[in-house]
Amino acid sequence: MADLLAIGTRKGLWLARSDDDRRSWTLDGPHLLAQEVAAVGLDVRGSAPRLLAGVQYGHWGPTVTWSDDLGATWSETDEGAIRFPADTGAALARVWQLRPDAAGRSGLVWAGCEPHSLWRSEDGGRSFTLVRGLWDHPHRPSWAPGGGGGAVHTVLPHPTGERLVVAMSTGGVYLSEDGGGSWQPRNKGIGAVFLPDPAPEYGQCVHKVAVDAGDPDRLYAQNHFGVYRTDDAGGAWTSIADGLPADFGFPVVASPTTPGTAWVVPLVADAQRVPPDGRLRVHRTRDAGATWTELGAGLPDATWTAVLRDAVCVDEADPTGVYVGTRDGCVYASADEGESFTLVADHLPDVLCVRAARLP
Amino acid sequence: MTVEVLLPGVLADLAGGSRRLEVDPADPTLAGLLDALAARHPVLERRIRDEAGALRRFVNVYVDGDDVRFAAGLGTAVPAGAVVQVLPSVAGG
Repeated sequence: MADLLAIGTRKGLWLARSDDDRRSWTLDGPHLLAQEVAAVGLDVRGSAPRLLAGVQYGHWGPTVTWSDDLGATWSETDEGAIRFPADTGAALARVWQLRPDAAGRSGLVWAGCEPHSLWRSEDGGRSFTLVRGLWDHPHRPSWAPGGGGGAVHTVLPHPTGERLVVAMSTGGVYLSEDGGGSWQPRNKGIGAVFLPDPAPEYGQCVHKVAVDAGDPDRLYAQNHFGVYRTDDAGGAWTSIADGLPADFGFPVVASPTTPGTAWVVPLVADAQRVPPDGRLRVHRTRDAGATWTELGAGLPDATWTAVLRDAVCVDEADPTGVYVGTRDGCVYASADEGESFTLVADHLPDVLCVRAARLP
Repeated sequence: MTVEVLLPGVLADLAGGSRRLEVDPADPTLAGLLDALAARHPVLERRIRDEAGALRRFVNVYVDGDDVRFAAGLGTAVPAGAVVQVLPSVAGG
């Protein structure tokens, strides 16, 4: 049994491996040196684990590449895995999210990309098809780019049904009950302080969304100001920010096994993207956001870095592992749901994304 | 007709290990040259031009020493014997 942690950075991919139930880690890399790895997916549904990477080849454009030998070799198709159809007039700018679907749906992988688009692969991420239902949505022309670009950055397939939830900066949360054919905005209650209408139907800058372990209708959202929960798949969102030192931040993750448990990493504000008081801290709820506990054992003080939206992840082990990567190139791992962290890596380039999986 | 294409080292692997290619485009423009290149080395062509047909922002192409962005872009004439050089722009890190 081994645990794998993939670390995507601004200048390459690193892989950390633990053979002692996540107590210690061995770092391997760089892979894809000098390539920006903004999205990584670990697909452990097949006979061999597949690494998927959304890369930006420096001057030479974005694509999806994969490795079936833990990074020793990488492949891409001649055509490119993600290629906008000619009638759209669009071109892929960046791959923001690579999400293998549920365990029983082998081969099905989703990609969220810039410009705002959702893509479906049925061959394990070798090739993707544009989800037209979202691309053709009448709201799309008014989804403006956030500071990082206009993208679908979060894709949440339902564990058993046909529901899909996506989140966009900006645009907000949209939901499909028919596998992507039709979409409705699901932003009621989420604020948009940067718009004249502070509570629009859509247009919010939702930074990340996570699904509760016990109820697929219960979602958590870290917004561009505001932390929220919905219990009806986005029909209405309520604030759960009380008890946090700040309601700004990028990531939110939820335990895949323990209902009501989620983590955020607050930053002071959009104009001050540093941890409150210069102390990197994770905040955990055990009661779906009613209360929060600050967790900092093993995390640094006197640090003025930030944590990006995909630079926090959880694993599926018990207890849940929590992983945090920073813009100053550090990666911290917790094997005890955030109670304590150990340093996995430091002095890497900016960490853009982390993903963890237990290898079969 | 034959056109000589010069590539930076970072793209050589996508051209069979060579930094110098001879290409015979049916259409004597840069677009035609890239179409011919795509038929032989599709991944190489994708590094230069996106799927909407535009030159990538940080890729510069020179025909006989002249930057095509100051000529006719993808419509720039590529006559027989021309030397087409692909270079990364001053960017990155």
